[in-house]
Amino acid sequence: MRTSSPTSWGNIPKASHSCHKLNSRLAELPAAEKSVLPYGLGRSYGDSCLNDGENLLLARGLDHWISFDSETGILQCEAGVSLAEILEKTSPRGWFLSVTPGTRFVTVGGAIANDVHGKNHHRAGCFSTCVLDFELLRSDGSRQTCSRNENETLFRATIGGLGLTGLITRATIQLKPIVSPLIESEQIRMRNLDDFFALADETQDTHEYCVAWLDGLASGNALGSGIFIRGNHVGEPTDLTWKKKTMLPVPCHAPSWFLRKPFIKAFNFTYAHKLRGDRHQTREHFLPFFYPLDVADRWNRLYGKKGFFQYQCVVPREGDGGPIREILEHISQSGQASFLNVLKVFGDQPAEGLLSFTRPGVTLAMDFPNRGPETLALMTRLDEIVMASGGALYPAKDARMRGEDFRTFTPNLNQFIPHIDPAFSSSFWRRCNSTPPVVKP
Amino acid sequence: MPTTLILGATSAMAEQTARLLAADGDKLVLAARDPQALEILAADLKVRGATDVHVLTPFDATQSGSFEDLLNEAGDFDRALIAYGSLPDQEALKNDPAGIRREMCINFGSVIDLSSRIASRFESKGQGTLAVISSVAGLRGRQSNYIYGSAKGGVILFLQGLRNRLQDHGVRVITLLPGFVDTPMTAEMKKGPLFVSSAKAGTCIHKALTRGKGDVVYVPGFWRFIMWIIRALPEPIFKRLKL
Repeated sequence: MRTSSPTSWGNIPKASHSCHKLNSRLAELPAAEKSVLPYGLGRSYGDSCLNDGENLLLARGLDHWISFDSETGILQCEAGVSLAEILEKTSPRGWFLSVTPGTRFVTVGGAIANDVHGKNHHRAGCFSTCVLDFELLRSDGSRQTCSRNENETLFRATIGGLGLTGLITRATIQLKPIVSPLIESEQIRMRNLDDFFALADETQDTHEYCVAWLDGLASGNALGSGIFIRGNHVGEPTDLTWKKKTMLPVPCHAPSWFLRKPFIKAFNFTYAHKLRGDRHQTREHFLPFFYPLDVADRWNRLYGKKGFFQYQCVVPREGDGGPIREILEHISQSGQASFLNVLKVFGDQPAEGLLSFTRPGVTLAMDFPNRGPETLALMTRLDEIVMASGGALYPAKDARMRGEDFRTFTPNLNQFIPHIDPAFSSSFWRRCNSTPPVVKP
Repeated sequence: MPTTLILGATSAMAEQTARLLAADGDKLVLAARDPQALEILAADLKVRGATDVHVLTPFDATQSGSFEDLLNEAGDFDRALIAYGSLPDQEALKNDPAGIRREMCINFGSVIDLSSRIASRFESKGQGTLAVISSVAGLRGRQSNYIYGSAKGGVILFLQGLRNRLQDHGVRVITLLPGFVDTPMTAEMKKGPLFVSSAKAGTCIHKALTRGKGDVVYVPGFWRFIMWIIRALPEPIFKRLKL
């Protein structure tokens, strides 16, 4: 069965697939000669959600609710349900996702398979912390309920397991109570990286959510300048009614001037200086607070036909910044930064998944428009800094890391490999577990 | 809260319609062939807000002997949506009269049987809305799809007569005419620009059931214009086309 071929969010690499739409969680996996990989909403940036030349299982059709208990906040649903649908369903009844990434257009299955994190990682950890159990359908036809008490190693292998351990058909997640959809948010100007660390430390115990947006092109004394954003749920009850939001469409790929360096530089400078004064406090709905980019449908088209790379690393926090300072200096000198440059200090709690990305340290996520060899060379240079510092890259964001680097970043790899379903594979997996690396932007 | 009976509730368009009815807080009575799929759907619709979801014993359109029991089991309902159907492989069937008869039994025979039983119930109550999913394929016979098309066309004429008969009895009869909808039924077809999602189709059907005034509802509306042209072509020309 063939349909138009799905892409990843960064539009790199191009891939073609045989696609199988899944409609029922009771159905068996389709018989296929080549390997299969579950695909949800395609928000992974690189090739971890692609399976070039082989099969994709389009799992978005597994979108049934199973149960929702508005007394306990325990939700059971199929793995193709999106976080957007969950919020629309549960927030009016006073229940919120205890961990949410920066887009709500990901499926539950995708959130588990990438063990995503959000602005409250320093408090709440990764998405897996709210997962009570899930069912895994393996290619041998077996269905295994996995939780912390049952099939515990398969549970830990599947969390962050990049969809390779089988198909997640359904999951049970614990939501957290809210009394208002509003966030008491605060934006604070950061003059440099020292400000960032000072604010991150100060915020650690006072705010549930925090993240910083950087001017990726600032340099010298202004290196690391930008806006620190933090927030807490409003404590007093307000109207929880869900109001439907219309999204701005991005109808086509952006023209090339949009990605020229002077325009991006002007954008970064303006955005970094948008605050009048040093602080801006407001009460805003959780949608713009958590999902500022979700206002535009398919915003990835803003990066043009050539697509973009996202680079997300975590490096240990050292002294006055250490490796993160070095990385920012390189990016700033290269002049290749673009619109989205995000910095956050992760919490110290270890992630549960064998392949989970998060670990103690500072994480930086940046979009780089695809300018070909120039962009790849910059990222290779950044890899060296990440490697030397003992950091890691995030597979969900990656389209080009070297296989040997991935294996270094993944200390539990040998524990993970026996849990891979023999019928499952992905472009990412083949790329990172065979040498030499192949990159075709 | 109105109660809606859906026959063939696990079909993609019916399911999408049912989701919207559930969100309205309606009561739903569901029948389909596959009891397991129906259980999944029923649980889903409860979470979506349906006041009550009642699942009937497995329903098989080829077993007309069971229809009266099925409707009795359904109890009292205000609206009925007949949504099941079968899209046969025309090539495989064209020299298989028994197969053609079987398809006609599912897509035509059972549908008019159930429609007339439901219509009589509504007539004696003096109210009710009967909506049946036919197809734009029923508006003109084409070499690629005339077995399915003629069954659906028969349904269109039957409903037209029924509507005429029940006009003064407070009963509304809606003929739903979907074009290309992306469902498991059309999974093997190449998807062109005229395809719409089953969610979009569900929105149209929900609107027709709950708010619309229309008798013949195209799903979605642009098919009215396409079919107006297709139907206007003179037969001497049409018969030469490869449609």
